[in-house]
Amino acid sequence: MARKVRSIVLTGNGTNCEREMAHACRLAGSDEVDIVHISELLYGEKRLDDYEFLNLPGGFLDGDDLGSAKAGANRLIHAGIRESSEKLSDQFFRFIRDGKLVLGVCNGFQLMVKLGLLPAFDGDYLKQTATLTFNDSGRFEDRWVYLNILRDTPCVFTRDIERMYLPVRHGEGKFVAKNRSVLRRLHLQGQVVVRYSDAKCLDAVMEYPLNPNGATDAVAGICDETGRLFGLMPHPEAYLHRTNHPRWTRENLPEEGMGLAVFRNAVDFIRSPEF
Amino acid sequence: MVNRIEVGFRKGVRDAMGEKVRRRIIENLHLDVEDVRTVDVYTIEGNLRKRELTAAARGPLSDPIIQRHAVNRGLAEGFDWLIEVGFRPGVTDNVGKTAREAIELLLGGRRGGRSINVYTSRQYIIRGGIGREEAERIASGLLANDLIEHYDIVSGRDWNPAKGMPAHVPRVMGEDDIRVEEIDLRVSEGELLEISNRRVLALSLGEMEAIRDYFRSEAVLQERRAFGLGERITDVELESLAQTWSEHCKHKIFNSRIAYAEEAGQSIVIDSLFDTFIKGSTREIREKMGDEDWCLSVFVDNAGVIKFNEDHNLVFKVETHNSPSALDPYGGALTGIVGVNRDPFGTGKGARLIFNTDVFCFATPFYDRPLPKRILHPRRIYEGVREGVEHGGNKSGIPTVNGCIVFDDRFLGKPLVYCGTGGIMPARLDGEPTHTKDIRAGDVIVMTGGRIGKDGIHGATFSSEELHEGSPVTAVQIGDPITQKKMTDFLLVARDRNLYRAITDNGAGGLSSSVGEMARLPGGCEIDLQKAPLKYAGLQPWEILLSEAQERMTLAVDPRKVDAFIILAEKMGVEATVLGRFTDSGKFHVLYGEKTVACLDMAFLHDGVPQLELRATWAAPCHEEPGFPVPADPGKALKTMLSRLNICSKESVVRQYDHEVQGGSVVKPLVGAMNDGPGDAAVIRPLLDSFEGIVVANGICPRYSDIDTYHMAACAIDEAVRNTIAVGGSLGRIAGLDNFCWCDPVQSEKTPDGEYKLAQLVRANQALYDYTRAYGVPCISGKDSMKNDYQIEDTKISIPPTLLFSTIGKMDDVRKAMTMDAKAAGHLIYVLGDTYPELGGSEWFAMNGWVGNEVPKVDAERAKKLYSALSRAIDAGVVASCHDCSDGGLAVALAETAFSGGFGMAVDLACVPAQNIDRDDYLLFSESQSRFVVTIAPEAKDVFESMLQGNTFAEIGEVLVEPVFIVKGMGGEKIIEEDIYALKEAWQKPLRF
Repeated sequence: MARKVRSIVLTGNGTNCEREMAHACRLAGSDEVDIVHISELLYGEKRLDDYEFLNLPGGFLDGDDLGSAKAGANRLIHAGIRESSEKLSDQFFRFIRDGKLVLGVCNGFQLMVKLGLLPAFDGDYLKQTATLTFNDSGRFEDRWVYLNILRDTPCVFTRDIERMYLPVRHGEGKFVAKNRSVLRRLHLQGQVVVRYSDAKCLDAVMEYPLNPNGATDAVAGICDETGRLFGLMPHPEAYLHRTNHPRWTRENLPEEGMGLAVFRNAVDFIRSPEF
Repeated sequence: MVNRIEVGFRKGVRDAMGEKVRRRIIENLHLDVEDVRTVDVYTIEGNLRKRELTAAARGPLSDPIIQRHAVNRGLAEGFDWLIEVGFRPGVTDNVGKTAREAIELLLGGRRGGRSINVYTSRQYIIRGGIGREEAERIASGLLANDLIEHYDIVSGRDWNPAKGMPAHVPRVMGEDDIRVEEIDLRVSEGELLEISNRRVLALSLGEMEAIRDYFRSEAVLQERRAFGLGERITDVELESLAQTWSEHCKHKIFNSRIAYAEEAGQSIVIDSLFDTFIKGSTREIREKMGDEDWCLSVFVDNAGVIKFNEDHNLVFKVETHNSPSALDPYGGALTGIVGVNRDPFGTGKGARLIFNTDVFCFATPFYDRPLPKRILHPRRIYEGVREGVEHGGNKSGIPTVNGCIVFDDRFLGKPLVYCGTGGIMPARLDGEPTHTKDIRAGDVIVMTGGRIGKDGIHGATFSSEELHEGSPVTAVQIGDPITQKKMTDFLLVARDRNLYRAITDNGAGGLSSSVGEMARLPGGCEIDLQKAPLKYAGLQPWEILLSEAQERMTLAVDPRKVDAFIILAEKMGVEATVLGRFTDSGKFHVLYGEKTVACLDMAFLHDGVPQLELRATWAAPCHEEPGFPVPADPGKALKTMLSRLNICSKESVVRQYDHEVQGGSVVKPLVGAMNDGPGDAAVIRPLLDSFEGIVVANGICPRYSDIDTYHMAACAIDEAVRNTIAVGGSLGRIAGLDNFCWCDPVQSEKTPDGEYKLAQLVRANQALYDYTRAYGVPCISGKDSMKNDYQIEDTKISIPPTLLFSTIGKMDDVRKAMTMDAKAAGHLIYVLGDTYPELGGSEWFAMNGWVGNEVPKVDAERAKKLYSALSRAIDAGVVASCHDCSDGGLAVALAETAFSGGFGMAVDLACVPAQNIDRDDYLLFSESQSRFVVTIAPEAKDVFESMLQGNTFAEIGEVLVEPVFIVKGMGGEKIIEEDIYALKEAWQKPLRF
């Protein structure tokens, strides 16, 4: 019998895309999908160990008051589990060590990068080597973007996906690497997975608004070296049905939205012997 | 001990915020500066070691990849001017609060025993050849709002980075002694009014006298003695009464008795506009629906409730936050949106919030005349309001699905900031309906969410007055969307576990209003203000009771469930405090500790306000008939029209609002080939596993008030309904909200034309009654804001009377929704509905400097027939695009249809159904109501035309593959030939900032 896939969508302190993300996990075929408030983890009522697929949804953790997801990252590192010697971060790192899947979208991606979960060279998941900062425009924007997906990547979430068209909805989405060598290594190791592109989803672009935030090398999403941790600024959970597409009333579109494939890949991978 | 941590960007890292500020300095203030950089400052009070400060700076407070930090020294270097902007004492500092929590967690949690406070400020480091005077202008005119912020300016020449800026702690210095003042009302009339004015009570002489008389009753005095109260009224009591009786809360004008007379003769007496026209219409519509009635809760709760399907109800409310937004646009608007969020959230058992809708009315952002005293530049109001709503809506995770911006220079004195929110709730919980409130004596009063501070004191009474010299600055608040989000996350869990009996929000009037209103159900309450959690010490009892500090809900909790409720709150990181209990004593009883500080009869508190008696006199204004020639170049005229502020694209604002979060967006505010056409209304799908949808639309046309508010209101209602039909909605399941924003309509020395303004109000209500019934669109809730005037010294500015009519409609299958963009070349173009020479109050007349008299009029019976036919055609799938004609008329609707679709079009005005029109420009720009531009595929022609049979419609042209917009005039000659991208550019350019 195929392995059960249990998905957790972690919420609280300002996340706001948890419902559609859970819906995506369900449509993708997860056997169980739980929206779990972080307090349930901190009170020991729920444990990450009971899941295979962790979803970190978009939103404004703590209002992004200290910079996007900064206070959220601080909480994940320092918060302890009640009546236990364990810290929340212990559960996180065990989850990662076990080879389970983590997907961070928008604020979830910002959280992963600022924690050091991405790109995490040499398996060092505590060292921040990149960041997501204010869009060059200096403003929050909601707009749909064309995305080119790299093929030569370990990322398990984007297998067989060549292109996507998804909305970005952020004010701090500009990807910046610590230095050139980090950037070079990201490309070399196939960790740059998603790039803002032209309307054909072929060539990466730096021009606004196709590249909505001025991201270095048009980076929109990256994975870790195992390909099991993946984060991106655009919202795959925002395009699950054709009526989500901004031009669905004028284009012939398949019933299923393009974003669902990301979640289906995750669920299928967990069911596969590779997991 | 006080320390400062500064965080700035590393060299070579782009500072997008600094660049944005630089652009604004150049664009708004016309000052040339070379460069602006920003530095965030955290001023930390408390005993922290050097090592700990560095850990905080390095950890949560800065990003090591792009930022650097300094402790107790200055980061800035090589500048001409440094401006540091921080909050004044007591102003909500959301970032400071988050920083405090993060540092406490870093240092081992709050239980570590050390308490710290964090205050934030921001430095703007400017390079450029400007002097101190210009730096002052940048500080006061752009960066800091003097009401809530203070600033320091340092010249680069005087700068010592080793010392940096001195630490400044904006701590609230409160008095420690608790005082309850007693006020003697046995004084002269003049002194009574003086008491009302001095305390910002906004009570009239009649009302002050009613209060005085209540305190003369021997029965009342005897009861007071039993509670240890004297013969004089306490400040707690007086403030509670003023708040409860405020225009804002009691709608005294809408409930007044009005003698209305028309010049021509008609003369009637209206006992409450609200009962007669608004509730009256809804009552009649509901009676007519009989068993099919889908209204569930109207006019009794914080928001209206209708049925969505068997298992879910919809909740909708729109509010205004005009006066606070005039003083502090950012904080006022932010508070407006997070405030209205709490209305559906505090209705019945509470609804999950699913959409926001915002409508703003401003003066032109390009205003270039001297500004009257205390008025901020309209551009600053525009940017501030936009940003406040952005932060409030986006951070709450609620999509802003539609809205609009209306411009008229009379909104200079008070901008209008309408914020609306819809919610969805399960129809039943544990088998009990969720749309009603049930509170029993003995239920515990619990307050949850944020703490109480001095913010927002006198908001309710302040907004019941015009903006004047003495308008209190304490009325200004800044909302905190994340505290509210945490609270609503918690309360939705508590609701689903059925841990409370009823919920309401703390808005205007604070606890006084929330507890006072709830106490009406069981018939009394007893609360102890000493138990209320405060932001800082030093609040007097009346301030605790009246404070409008945000992000708080009040609940009635079954005593058996209180423990479970409090435990859940604590777990989810939300404060919840028991303040007292509901009773059936008939008393509004307030204690501070053991001592009674207020005890009023519930009946007097809620029903003691005397009914106003007012006169209204209608004399139809007569404007000079316009006389200007037909434009020589109608194409150029069209471009100028497309660039009018009321017509042009609002994309730059729309894009900054998240309109898709929650995953149910179907028709977005921006549609068409390039995702930039103007959607007529929003369609959303609130339940992701269903295709049932909601249509959200609005109508607003204040310009028509210059001629006749009756038709202004009729047109607003028609516009909302028309927009609903245009996107695929249908008559039969549309509910409305009426939001009146008026200028003071009470005749007085200050308002010599009060009788006319009141007549305008009467007429708008008459139209509301007539047209909501005609369309079968019941109002389910609403609001009025009656004092939208500005009066300082000799300058008085009154807004044009404005009705925002917002609707929420049910759509059975969102896959049939429609958008306004032309879909393919070769499609046929139709105009539906008749065009009359109705240009009174139109954009075309306004552009030419006229008002006119022929205001558009709505023929509801004909419109209804057309709307039904069009809905059926859209449902049958024979329509390719549908766009309503509104501001700018047919020409604007056609042009928008063309350029949004990325196609050209050729139309012939001779084919347009019209009555008595002999000028091409009148046909192009008339604003006759109930009209649409529709395109269809040629093969659908027969079916479409047969479905529209019996209505006025005509085929007028064809969609072209070439991007050219061609119009043939009534005389048969070509009068317009324009590139659609040139038209689009004219439409997009004005507000692209």
